[in-house]
Amino acid sequence: NEGKELTKEEKQRLRKEKKQHKKNKKDDKGPPEKEKEKEKASVPAPSKPATQSPAHKAPAPVHASESAAAAEKPAKSKAELRAERRARQDSERTSKQGKKEGGQQSASSKPKATPNELQPVVKRLPEHVQVDDPAALKKLAKKLERQQVPLRSDYGYKVSLFSHLHQYSRKSPPTLQISIPATVIHPSIVRLGLQYSQGIIAGSNARSVALLHTFKQVIQDYSTPPNEELSRDLVNKLSPYISFLSQCRPLSASMGNAIKYIKKEISNIPSQCKEEEAKGKLQACIDSYINEKIILASEAISKYAIEKISDGDVILVYGCSSLVNHILCKAFEKQRKFRVIVVDSRPRLEGREALRRLVKKGIRCTYVLISALSYILPEVSKVFLGAHALLANGYVMSRVGTSQIALVAKAYNVPVLVCCETYKFCERVQTDSFVSNELDDPDDLIVTRNGKSHLENWQTVKSLGLLNLVYDVTPPDFVDLVITDLGMIPCTSVPVVLRVKNVDQ
Amino acid sequence: MELQAVLMAAGGGSRMMDLTYNTPKPLLPVGNRPLIWYPLNLLERVGFEEVIVITTKEVQKALSADHRLKTDVKMRLDVVCIQEEADMGTADALRHIQQKIKTDILVVSCDLITDVALHEVVDLFRAHSATLSMLMSKVHEFTETVPGQKGKKKAGEQRDFVGVDVTGKRLLFMANEADLDEGLVFRKSIMRKHPRMLIKTGLLDAHLYCLKRSVVDFLVHNKSVTSIRGELVPYLVRKQFSKSLNSQNETEDSEKNQKQQDLLSTSKDEALLQLARERSCWNDHRGDMSEAYHGGKLRCYVHIMEEGMCYRVNTLAAYIEANRVVPKLFEDPPIHPGALVSERSLVGSDSIIGPLCQISDRTSIKRSNVGMSTTIKEKVKITNSIIMNGVIIEEGCNIQGSVICNNAVIGRGADIKYCLVGSGQHVEPEGENKIMFGNNNLDISDLFVYTMIVY
Repeated sequence: NEGKELTKEEKQRLRKEKKQHKKNKKDDKGPPEKEKEKEKASVPAPSKPATQSPAHKAPAPVHASESAAAAEKPAKSKAELRAERRARQDSERTSKQGKKEGGQQSASSKPKATPNELQPVVKRLPEHVQVDDPAALKKLAKKLERQQVPLRSDYGYKVSLFSHLHQYSRKSPPTLQISIPATVIHPSIVRLGLQYSQGIIAGSNARSVALLHTFKQVIQDYSTPPNEELSRDLVNKLSPYISFLSQCRPLSASMGNAIKYIKKEISNIPSQCKEEEAKGKLQACIDSYINEKIILASEAISKYAIEKISDGDVILVYGCSSLVNHILCKAFEKQRKFRVIVVDSRPRLEGREALRRLVKKGIRCTYVLISALSYILPEVSKVFLGAHALLANGYVMSRVGTSQIALVAKAYNVPVLVCCETYKFCERVQTDSFVSNELDDPDDLIVTRNGKSHLENWQTVKSLGLLNLVYDVTPPDFVDLVITDLGMIPCTSVPVVLRVKNVDQ
Repeated sequence: MELQAVLMAAGGGSRMMDLTYNTPKPLLPVGNRPLIWYPLNLLERVGFEEVIVITTKEVQKALSADHRLKTDVKMRLDVVCIQEEADMGTADALRHIQQKIKTDILVVSCDLITDVALHEVVDLFRAHSATLSMLMSKVHEFTETVPGQKGKKKAGEQRDFVGVDVTGKRLLFMANEADLDEGLVFRKSIMRKHPRMLIKTGLLDAHLYCLKRSVVDFLVHNKSVTSIRGELVPYLVRKQFSKSLNSQNETEDSEKNQKQQDLLSTSKDEALLQLARERSCWNDHRGDMSEAYHGGKLRCYVHIMEEGMCYRVNTLAAYIEANRVVPKLFEDPPIHPGALVSERSLVGSDSIIGPLCQISDRTSIKRSNVGMSTTIKEKVKITNSIIMNGVIIEEGCNIQGSVICNNAVIGRGADIKYCLVGSGQHVEPEGENKIMFGNNNLDISDLFVYTMIVY
């Protein structure tokens, strides 16, 4: 309306002014500003993602990230930067025009509207939640073939709600096609992958420590090929290993953070550094990471948690969390008087292991299955839960059944305390347990009593599916306190911690 | 490198002297290939690129002369010769090549024919960081009649008692009947740690072992151990449960003698590995208060094959059975293209003919294996037999259920039933040689044949 009242000339004048303004800005910030305007224009049209050409959409988020990156590199001259960027954009545009990826399109059709003070990170749907998309599967198969990592095939009928996730069987190990002796993949990595897939090393902390230990061995045995730089070549060497490990068992959030840290450390090795020195430096980095983030963190968390345990407490724990067990053992050593109720669930029955460790220490324990939860809860004064990961919106990702415990505890007004180290905080956002989860071997659900297993031939019944979920997410309303090595924070402060971490790095 | 393969091919074949007094066991033809080809093929298929072969000078010469072997086997063979007269046991042989061994080893015997998925054995070795991982198979009854045997095989073979835990993978107990006086003796510590143990007797030891490097060092320090199967394996299985007062068993004492550099790096890594194990919520057993593996550092595992083929060709019966079964394994054409088979002869579909053979008219070959460079004249009937290399069979012979060794000559019209004709022997023309099945009757002519073989 206002626009209609303006005369044509005035509109033209306004437009010219804007252009001039933009040109002045261009000299300061470079061409991406124009693209940002284009991006802003394209965002109000998210309803037509399919019709837009991928070339238009895909470079847009790329530009956004590069603009932020460009702002932080005033050292290089702007002309050089611009030229580099243009060359990169051209090549990416041509390569993306060649492919038509549905998954990529839907993901990139929601680019970050405005670059906020956080680095806008380009998020693509990870391949392990796109199993029902044949294009993504093909891409994965090609990538694995290039890296010479064998592809593990899915097993059995998948429940339709979870058909976008992998489901592997323990009977077909990932080493079926690995040569003996393992040459393409380092033998320690093969061993680690086997231990993951058979469940010998289970639990977020254990997996991360074992991963870092194996990386130490890989770095020890690594030798830089001629005409290559350690900082770049070692990262490339690690990629097939990581693909292999994720084929054995999907990577956990803590492992992902550890890998990011290692890759950063490797890329930060100066090129003048000699190989032996570089290797020693990396080994020391790994040692200090484990020491700080895992060992010392658990000490700090125990200290905070012990303040919350008073004499006469009845503490409920679920499954086997290494951190919660550690806290309880330390509290017992500090002469606190309490007893523990261990809640367990099929098919893993990890509570038995927690029970063994606590009883060995001398703590009085009760053991129930999760179906008896509402019966036992009136006796409970506190609930201590471990976490697999803490998501950016405050949700807690933990063993399946944890959200039930938190829900019932909330109904009975019992405080729920989640113990989690900061290295398990991840930037993912999830509000339900469907989107990203892990499907374990469905045959684990088959129970044999008196020599008879009724579910033995479950695959022959067409309408029957066995679902063995591993994780679930608990909303922050059910969690009263999160105990981390930075202190005791409410669940909603997790994004703050993440932001602080990012700024530090 | 992860594993080094060691192939033991110096054994004498003492249980089938009839076959091996002239031909060394690794070169015996099975399915028209030398016996040693089968374990080499197994190793090549899973991805080994080089093998250390321990054998005698005679076998080494034959191996280097065998063109077919050279083309078939693409791996690099590092042949180590030992004196035949030295009478070395398998453990002695490992001690002999100690310098070459740099990593964990996979020891295979040359007489093993199997289609096992080798990753099952090696995965146990990898995943549990085992000191020993071995392969065993259910014994299959032999169905072929064996020349020289009257009636069914007696249970003369000493039984092996193998004790495994509930999962069927962990090896808890191993003893041979010969070493036991009256009954099985179990240590209390085994029963305390593994109250449920399954004892199996009908198992065949395939002589395929994955051993840790430290075991080789242990052998170097303990020169009294001569045989892997006879002494080393039972020792390791027993040592799993020895009192930890001794705490470090000899294998770890020798580990301390390794280079200092190794030691320093491993101790830190050991601490990390220990941390990972502590934090992991896994245990290999239930019901008692001890941690995974009961805190034991020495672990022995076994993979027991339920189905599939696994033969150890160390007796005549096994040799004949293997010859029967093996041609079905491979897709080689039953009649080698290099053989001259006349059109008027009848070669059954379950027979195989080796290269450079000459089969004349009106011969009938059923369910038999005919070796290389064999000449078979007219009107010969061969059923259920094994004819090795370079044999000449004159006209009108009738051979049934027999084994004819290398370079033998069967005279005209000989009738051979269920016999074993030794290497280079001549059978008289018109000779009637038969052994009545299940009967002690032996013709004079049989004695004649046998005296020539046994001499």
